[in-house]
Amino acid sequence: MSQRPLSPHLQVWRWHVTMLSSILHRASGVALYGLALLAVGWLLALSMGPTTFAGVQTVLGSVLGKLILVAAGGAVGYHVTNGIRHLVWDAGHGFTPKVASMASWISLIMGVVGAAWVAGRVF
Amino acid sequence: MSQSQPSQFRTPLSRARGLGSAQSGLKHWIKQRLTAMVALPLLVWLLYALVAHGVDSYATARAWVSAPQHAIPLLLALVLVFTHAALGLQVVIEDYIHKPLSKIILLVLNVLVAALAAFAGIFAVLRLSFGV
Ligand code: HEM
Repeated sequence: MSQRPLSPHLQVWRWHVTMLSSILHRASGVALYGLALLAVGWLLALSMGPTTFAGVQTVLGSVLGKLILVAAGGAVGYHVTNGIRHLVWDAGHGFTPKVASMASWISLIMGVVGAAWVAGRVF
Repeated sequence: MSQSQPSQFRTPLSRARGLGSAQSGLKHWIKQRLTAMVALPLLVWLLYALVAHGVDSYATARAWVSAPQHAIPLLLALVLVFTHAALGLQVVIEDYIHKPLSKIILLVLNVLVAALAAFAGIFAVLRLSFGV
């Protein structure tokens, strides 16, 4: 196995926005896993009563908590937009370089929009 | 199991030793897509309802979660999101972690954490809905 030739790796390619949008789908997916765990923690705290819930709300209201919420907005905005793009790919569309670049930018912008929207609400 | 030409003379054991296909990739792929497609409208609805209602206090949060039009989509979303997340993270682990023992431990942890979280979330929503 180890003796097989490898395909050229990252360093031989000129940077293109599609590279960023590709790895960000993975990064935002992993981040959302963590955020989904936090959401469950929030639900559990709520089910435990006012005191526990107040504690969680205090953490969420701290600067770190707010930053996590803003990151969550960014991850959702990006992953969902780019996820729809994945589904469009699966249907066999959107592979020309022009469309691919444009879709990458749209996903990135939706990530920023998501983060900005949450930031506007919590700060 | 479909036998394509080149694998005709390979025994299943030989294919497994060579780390050939386990013939389960398509199911994984379809599940990842289906969970995404069903979760999407649910999450859009939940987000919209959350913002429209506003959950700034214990009472409003509790009322929001326990209303059937939120509790039921929430329960479904918990199942779908954690299925989707576990399927997704499995691929990430398989791509980057190559030491057999570490890989197995992480793959097991991934399923365990996702399942526990889904059930904990379901437990919390039901508890809030039934007021115990
Ligand atoms: C909180 C909810 C979500 C979580 C935790 C999550 C998590 C993940 C993770 C960890 C991956 C694997 C990424 C990789 O293999 O590189 C993934 C992939 C994917 N996600 Fe999500 N996701 C969520 C919501 C969504 C939604 C709503 C959609 C619908 C548009 C979606 C569409 C996709 C698609 C199509 C893939 C497959 C991409 C591929 O094959 O590389 N996800 N997700």
